[in-house]
Parts: sequence; C-alpha cells; structure tokens
Amino acid sequence: MLRATLKSLLARKVRLILSGLAVVLGVMFVSGAFVLTDTLGRSFDAIFADAYEGVDVQVAAKPKLAVGETEGEQVAPPFPAAVLDRVRTVPGVAEATGSVNATGARLIGSNGKAVTSFGPPQLGSNWTGGSDLIEIRQGRAPQADNEIMVNAALATAGKVTVGDQVGVLLTLASKQEFTLVGIFGYSGGRDSIGGANEIYFTTPVAQRLMLGAPDTYNSIVLTSADGVAPERLRDDVAAALGDGYVVKTGEQLSADAAAGLKEGLSFFNRILLGFAGVALLVGTFLILNTFSIIVAQRTRELALMRAIGASGRQVIGSVLVEAVAIGLLASVLGLAAGIGVGALLAYVFGQFAGGLTLAGLGVPPVAVFSSFGVGLVITVVAALLPALRAARIPPIAAMQDVATPDRPLTRVTLSGAVVTAAGAGLLALGLSGNAGDNTLVTILTGVLLAFIGVALLTPLISRPVVNLLGGLFSWSVPGKLGRLNSGRNPRRTAITAAALMVGIALVTGVTVILDSTKASIAGKAEQIIDAELVVAGEQTGPQPPTFEPTVVDRAAALPGVAAVAGLYNDMATVEGERRFVNAATDLAAVGRIWGAKATAGTVATLRPDQVALSEPAAKELNKTVGDRITAQFARGEPHTYTVAAIVPEDRLPGAIMLPKESAADFTQPKPYLALVQLTPGTPVAQVQPQLEELVKDSPEVSVTDRAGFIAQQTGQFDTLLRMIQILLALAIVIAVLGIINTLALSVLERTRELGLLRAIGLRRAQTMRMITVEAVVISVFGALLGVTVGSGLGAAVVEALKDEGITELVLPWSQMGLFVGLAALIGVVAAVLPAIRAARINVLGAIAHD
Amino acid sequence: MTATVGRPVGAAARASDVWKVYGSGEAQVVALRGVSAEFERGRFTAIMGPSGSGKSTLMHCLAGLDTVTRGTVMIGDTKVTGLGDAGLTRLRRDQVGFIFQQFNLLPTLSAKENILLPLAIAGRKPDPAWYDTVIDTVGLRDRLDHRPNQLSGGQQQRVACARALVSRPQVIFADEPTGNLDSRSGAEVLGFLRNSVRQHGQTIVMVTHDPTAAAYADRVVFLADGQIVSELIEPTADTVLDTMKKLDTLPAPTEAGI
Ligand SMILES: Nc1ncnc2c1ncn2[C@@H]1O[C@H](COP(=O)(O)OP(=O)(O)O)[C@@H](O)[C@H]1O
Ligand SMILES: [Mg+2]
Repeated sequence: MLRATLKSLLARKVRLILSGLAVVLGVMFVSGAFVLTDTLGRSFDAIFADAYEGVDVQVAAKPKLAVGETEGEQVAPPFPAAVLDRVRTVPGVAEATGSVNATGARLIGSNGKAVTSFGPPQLGSNWTGGSDLIEIRQGRAPQADNEIMVNAALATAGKVTVGDQVGVLLTLASKQEFTLVGIFGYSGGRDSIGGANEIYFTTPVAQRLMLGAPDTYNSIVLTSADGVAPERLRDDVAAALGDGYVVKTGEQLSADAAAGLKEGLSFFNRILLGFAGVALLVGTFLILNTFSIIVAQRTRELALMRAIGASGRQVIGSVLVEAVAIGLLASVLGLAAGIGVGALLAYVFGQFAGGLTLAGLGVPPVAVFSSFGVGLVITVVAALLPALRAARIPPIAAMQDVATPDRPLTRVTLSGAVVTAAGAGLLALGLSGNAGDNTLVTILTGVLLAFIGVALLTPLISRPVVNLLGGLFSWSVPGKLGRLNSGRNPRRTAITAAALMVGIALVTGVTVILDSTKASIAGKAEQIIDAELVVAGEQTGPQPPTFEPTVVDRAAALPGVAAVAGLYNDMATVEGERRFVNAATDLAAVGRIWGAKATAGTVATLRPDQVALSEPAAKELNKTVGDRITAQFARGEPHTYTVAAIVPEDRLPGAIMLPKESAADFTQPKPYLALVQLTPGTPVAQVQPQLEELVKDSPEVSVTDRAGFIAQQTGQFDTLLRMIQILLALAIVIAVLGIINTLALSVLERTRELGLLRAIGLRRAQTMRMITVEAVVISVFGALLGVTVGSGLGAAVVEALKDEGITELVLPWSQMGLFVGLAALIGVVAAVLPAIRAARINVLGAIAHD
Repeated sequence: MTATVGRPVGAAARASDVWKVYGSGEAQVVALRGVSAEFERGRFTAIMGPSGSGKSTLMHCLAGLDTVTRGTVMIGDTKVTGLGDAGLTRLRRDQVGFIFQQFNLLPTLSAKENILLPLAIAGRKPDPAWYDTVIDTVGLRDRLDHRPNQLSGGQQQRVACARALVSRPQVIFADEPTGNLDSRSGAEVLGFLRNSVRQHGQTIVMVTHDPTAAAYADRVVFLADGQIVSELIEPTADTVLDTMKKLDTLPAPTEAGI
C-alpha cells in the first residue's frame, strides 16, 4: 500500500511541487523569523561584548528614573569627579578612568544636514588616551578644546575629512563649531560598532557639553588588579560607594545592553510569525484544494483499491501518507529557504543599521522544530477532509465512469454560517473590550474563524457571483466557456478564491483602520489646532529632534505673530508611576492655539510650581485644582506642583502640562515643537522665511504650514501600511500559486474536453483566452470577497475604537478598486502556464485519452 | 436540398500513397502502407477492417488530426499535408465535422449550445432554416436546453451528429459513432447519418468494425495491416460479412519497408 502510494506520488510531480510550494513559503517565513532573530541576537551580544571589552567593572550613578522597557538606555546622571578618587582607594583597583559617554552628539555633515544613525546611539565621549578597542586611522586625538575626533563611519556619512571645520548639535548645549583633527576605527577594522557613531572631545569639553556640568563624569571604568576577580572588585567598590551608585561587571553590562535590544527583537519575531501564520492559513486552503482535486482524480484508482480489498482506513492512510511526504519535503525546503531568507534579512538589517557586523549564521533548534511541526501539521490537517472523502468512495466507482457527483452545499453552508457567527461573536467580544487580558487572542481567533466561515460560505455565493462576473466575458465563445468552467465546481472555485480573499481582506482591513486613524487625527488636528506655522523635525531615533529654546521667544517677537507655543516632552515618574509629560513655554499661548477652556481652574501662563492636567489624567491621578503632585525627571531632584487647571482631553497637547522651567531637567531640555499662530490677515509667506532664519542652526528641524505638519505627523501610518502590505503580499503570492495549481489541475482533468474543442476548431489563442477568463473570474471573485470582508473587519475595529478618538471611517475605495484590478492582472498571470499547457495539448492524444 | 445518391461530383477527401509510421527502431509500427483512396462528395463511405488495421489512423490523417509520414491528403481543394497548427485548426473548423465514439460534448453547455459551438467558435451565424432542418431530423427539439448528463447515450450521439452537420462541412468523419450504443440507438444514429447523405448531400466517412453499421453506407473500403485490400459498393450486412471472412483467410501481406 505504501509503495503504491509513493509511486503514484512521484507520478504527480507538478501537483506535488505546486501544493508543496505553499507550505514551503509558510515554513520559510517561520524558520526565517527564528534564524533572523537568532543571528541578530548573537550579533548584538558580540557588539556589546566588544564594547565592554577591557571593562572589568563600571561605576555609574543610579538613574533618576526607572528604566523603561522600550525606550533603550536611560541617561546615566553625572556625578562629581571626586568619586573617582574614592574609587581609586578601593583595594584591588588596578586602574580607574573617569569617563563621559552620553548619547546626543550629532555631527553636521558637509551638506549642512545632521548625520542620523536611524536608531543606534550618537555618542559624545571624553578622550582619555584610548584603549585596545580604538585605532586612530587619520590625524590624532583631540588635545585642544576646539578639537574633536570621530569614528570612520560618521566621517564617511558626513563626508568630512581631517582639518575640516565641523558643527556639532548637542542635547544640553547649543550648536558648537570644532576642528576635526582625527578619524578612528574600532579593532578588527570596523568603522562603527553596531551602527553607533561616536565623537571624542577633550574631557572638560565633554563634561560641559554632554553632561552639562564641569568636573563630572557619568561612569568610571575599572580594571582589576591581577588575581582579583571582577565580581569581587564589583562588590568591594559597591560597598565603598554605598547607595546611589550602580556597580556592574563588564559582562553584566554587555548582557544588560544586549537584553534590551533582544526585547525589541522578540517583538519583531512575533510580528514575523504572525505573517507566517497568515501565509500558512492561505497555504492550508491551497493544500485542502489540491488534495480534494487529487482525490477526485484518483477516484477510479482508489475505488479499484477498495475493490481488491483495501479498507477505508487504508485509503485514508494512503492519502495521508502523501500529505506527510509533501509536508516533510516542504518543511525541509522551507527550512532551507528560511535560513537563506533569515541570512538575507539579517544582512539587509545590518546594512541599514550602519554596517552591523553580523555574527555567523546559526540555525536555532526552535527554527528546526517549528519548521517541521508547522509544515507537517498544516499539510496533514489540510489533507484530512479529502482523505475522509476518499474513504467514502464505493468500490463500484472503479467500474463506472462516475463524474464526482455534485453534493448539495447545505452542510457546508450551515457550518459556514455557524463558524462565521462564532467568529463575529468573538470579534465583538474582543473589540468591546470585555475579554480582559485575552483581548488580542479573542480578536485574532475571531478574525481566523470569520475567514474560515466565509470560506465555507463561499461555494454558495460563488455561483451567482461567478455568473455575474463571467457575464462580462460572455461576448466571446472562449470567454463564455471560461466562465462556465469557473462555475463548474463551486467548492474548488470557492476555496481558490477564499485563499486570495485572506490576503486581500487583511490588507484592506489594515488600510481601513490606518486610513481612518489618519483621517481622524488629521481631522482633529485641523479642527483643534489654530496655528498657521509649525516648527518641528522628523524623528529618526529614540528622541525627536529639537531646537534652541530662544527660538520660541524670538518667534513670538516677529511682526504678524499672535502667539507661539513651544513644547517639550519626556517620560517622568509622576506620583510614583511612569508617565509621559509635556512642558509648554506658555500655557496661555497653548490655550489660544488649542482653544483650551478649563473645566476647573484657569488656563493661564503656569508659574514654575504649577501644573495643568487633562480631565482623564486628573481622574486617574485622583487630583483636583489646588492638589499637589510630585514628579521626578531624568535629571535633578523631585519637584512638587500644584494643579492650576483641568482641561478637556483634546484641548491640550498632552495629559500633564508642566511649566517651561521643569524642562531643564528633561532628557532633552529643548523644545521639539513650536506652533505659531499669526494675527488675522498676516500671510504665511511673510512669516515663514523669518522663522526659517531663526532655526537655521538646527538643520534637523524645518518650518512647515499646518497641512504639511499634519501630513508629516500622519506620514508614519503610510510607512506602516506599506510595510504591512509588503508582508501580506506573501499571502497573496501563495494565493496566486493556488490559482495556478487549480487551473493546472483543471486543465489536466479536462484534457479530453480540450482535445474535443481543438478538434472542432478552437484556435490555440482562443484556448488560452478560455483558461485566462476562468482564472480572472476566480481571482476577481476572491478580490471582491477580500475587499468586502476586509472593509467589514476594518469598519468593526474602527467602530470599536470610537472612544479612543477614531471617529472617522474611511473606506479606501480607490485602493479597493486597485486590488480588484490587480486581482484581474493576477488572474492573467496565473493563467499563463496552465493556458500554454492547454493550448499545447495534443488533439489526437487527448481524444484517444482515457 | 436534394442530391441523388451515387452521382459523384468530385472527391471531398483524397489520400494519395499515404504512409504512417509510429515510433522508430525496434518499436516501429507501420500503421498505413501506401493507402490511396478517394471519398466522393455526397457519399457515405465506411472504412472497415479488423482491430489494429489502421482505420482510425487513416481517418485521423484524412481529418488533419494527425500528420502523415509520406504521401498527401486533400480535403476538397485544400492540401492538408504541410499545414501548420493554425491552418489545420481552420480546416477542422470550416471544412470538417467530427463524431467520436464517446465524449463528444462539453458538459457545461446545453445540447443547443453544443450544436452551435463550431459556428460560435468560427464567429458564424447559423442558417436558421438549415438549423431547423437539422434539429428536426435528429428529433431533439424538446431536448435542446438539456445538459449532456441529462441525455441518453443515443441522444448524446445525435447531438454530436447535429453539431457536425450544422456547419455543413465538406466532410464529416465519424469514428465508431455507434460503438458505445445499444443496437436500437445505434440504428437511429446510423439511419440519421444515411438520411443526411441521401437528402442533403452531406459527405460522410465512417470508421466501423460492425458489418451491420457498414451496411448503411454506400460504399465500404476494407483495410488490413495498413493497406486497402478490398472494396464493396452498395453493401449489405451479408456481403460485408462475407468479404471480411474472405479477408481473414488471406495470407498476411509481406513486410514492406519504406
Ligand atoms: N500513437 C501510436 N503510437 C504507436 N502506434 C500506434 C499509435 N496509434 C496507433 N498505433 C498502431 O497503429 C496501428 C493501427 O492502429 P489504429 O489505426 O488505431 O487501428 P484501428 O483503428 O483499425 O483499430 C496499430 O498497430 C496500433 O497499435
Ligand atoms: Mg480505432
């Protein structure tokens, strides 16, 4: 039995390849995700191991704020240089170096624009004589206060050379000019470590510019004396310094730093696995369809097996063995392809991250296990239904020429209705927010069930819809034949179309949600913000670009300007909890621009000890006007503020509005946004150039009108949308494979018919057109289902998010039209190979064929 | 509309010294060995012979479904030998009608649509009077909207006959058209074919191994081992049977190379 199955399997190579390909692609995504995150994870480990090489123990002051999960490194606060002397007296210390090393030093390149690293830190450090890690490549280290040295990657990116006068933007100081005296690299010939850029100043300059205070450091690097273990030294130093300092070994530091990035990676991994799930769902449809067709075509063979004594169970076994073989082969290929894809993505990622040195490619066991698990389980599960159907073939079918009878669709429709209803119910539960901690799982299961339910309902609607669609092509004989063929097997057409539906529905749904969000934000911003000009920059790293605080005052003094609100933001600990806070240069101006009217207290310029709260924030903190709240910022000591006003939520730029004095202790004590309201009748074009002049020393920010600003703010949604579309394109590619597969098998099945048509005079081109129409009808049907289901899902989510401020429902009609058009094109492309095959059929052979 | 029997007005199809060789070397099979034959217009010719004698091969070569190894085939004034796929397709569409043993019809189309399919493919309109005549002769008027799977085998073959007739081809080729039918349905179909020759002057070439079927024809050509070995005009079932018996006792022709 097994031998017979494997033999017939080999005889069906094409079918095997096509249906296997869907599994291969899905498995590829799974293993690729694991290989990518594993490779990047080990690369990060290596980077930090390198960065902390030669550091036995490091001392830093305790950060003022607890470290957040997603925000990367916290500012290590400065401490007096005297601590260095204290550390030196601890026995076991061989060498102690006071070091300044903080992010926020941005070189201005030769084109006048600040060089960005797109994520990795832009460090400013003090030169203390170098280490084994640093190799000076050109020039020398900084000796005078107006001299700097930069790493080679930064010099290349900024197109600067030794001897140039260069500007540097700083977080805690205004722009400074320096002479570039040296360019360095890192051991091993690297231009950068993990994409980070680094500028070396002399120690006093670094202290002033990077820490904001003379005679301070923010870390001390220790090497232990011979025979003293770093752990031992760490404990001794910690004991000597007491509370207020964090003492860690180099190993700990590198592990901590890598762990932070790996947290982000595992999130990334989950997203990739999510898309793998979508691909596999589509793949399941495809395999189910393929096996159904295979069983239909093997009816006689299977009936013969039954007739000569095989049991129903053996028949099921023979189908499932085929599934296992395909699943295994596909898993192997998918794993191999995934390793390639993972390596490629890691390489691309490395290039984007400024030449990240990748650790060697590795295949973690989880990639292997999940590949085989997923590949096998999906294939076997998808083959189960067709296998059961195969077992019901009566032995008599071997003797008769039975066309597979058209079973009624009642059962499948009923179960479709039940599953769809269950999916809708779960969706409603998840979206209503009543599912508690399981909200995401509930929603995802709801979406999955909705897809399966709709797929089950599809055969019922396929007949009328396909007839209607096909009507468009019925003016020609091949068109009409194609239409009839696509309506011939509603189940097969339905599953093929449903596979395409999944990808298109997800893209449409996401587009509806993001477009609606965008429109709601833009609409609200337009409605609320009464400012004609905006000063802001595009955020490319963990912190938004900023400009000098004086710009706000100078802008307010320009003729034609009615009000200017400068805004700062940061994370802070407010009443013991991490919260996002804003500071405004002038709350009165904010009030004018946002139309803020207090529901309690008054909206006026805040005194240095006053705070304004939004209504929800006041409720959460349980505070009313006159109450006090305490806040700790990135720097300095805790402050206490009195609540001066409570304002409706969307009438303030943030939930907690602090006076401008508090911004001095923020991570970035500079405004990132200024809104400029003009006096009535003042043309924008008159003020804009003057504002541009004011920010010419801050090349990271620009002056835009309100529409431009809103577009800039909502632009991130477009990027997100594009990324999601690219990833979902894979699901659509798999669906296209499904269409090709269905058509190819149909062509095979109808060989005799095609021969007859050719015999009575159908031309080759007409034959191809017939197949193409069939494909186009199926794929457009799938796309129509997709945009319908997708906009339904999207609208449901938007409806659920009404309370979160997404008040506008935007249905992307042109996008949906585009999808349907693209689907027609997909149909044409998918039909190419089957159509050629059909046109090449040997007429005589086909007629003689039994 | 009335052409008389036995008054040949030139050949509708002609084979001249046709050879057909399948395969090469050890596996070589010579299916036709220099067959020359004319099939006159307005005549019903049957090709007979034992199984494997080359009947189907000859028909396929005549109809432009297969290429000949040597020799020439003409349909009317068209030289079939040497035509490319496009030319052969046009020939089959415009000049030739087919009736196969089974699987003649497209399951997705109704009887009427099947009948009109060759004309639709060619983009031609049926002549309404002729269409009516054909439908009435095959007696299918009340079955026109049925799908093939709703028709009996005999009805299906009658639909196939109507389809072959409706475009008035130069010649209709039928390969064992009654091979799958019971004798009554077979007789109906054969009678219908003979009528279309007698009353409407259609040319038909039919392959069969059934003497009773051959008796419906005006002329029978006998094939054995790829060669024409005998011929009967105005056959009856008995004369056909006799001829076949005689042929069986003949020694097999000697192997001839090509
Ligand atoms: N495609 C083919 N390849 C090889 N041999 C063939 C092929 N078709 C027919 N033959 C051989 O040619 C001979 C004539 O076949 P055919 O014309 O089908 O005979 P008939 O129709 O009289 O039974 C037979 O010996 C058959 O085996
Ligand atoms: Mg034959």
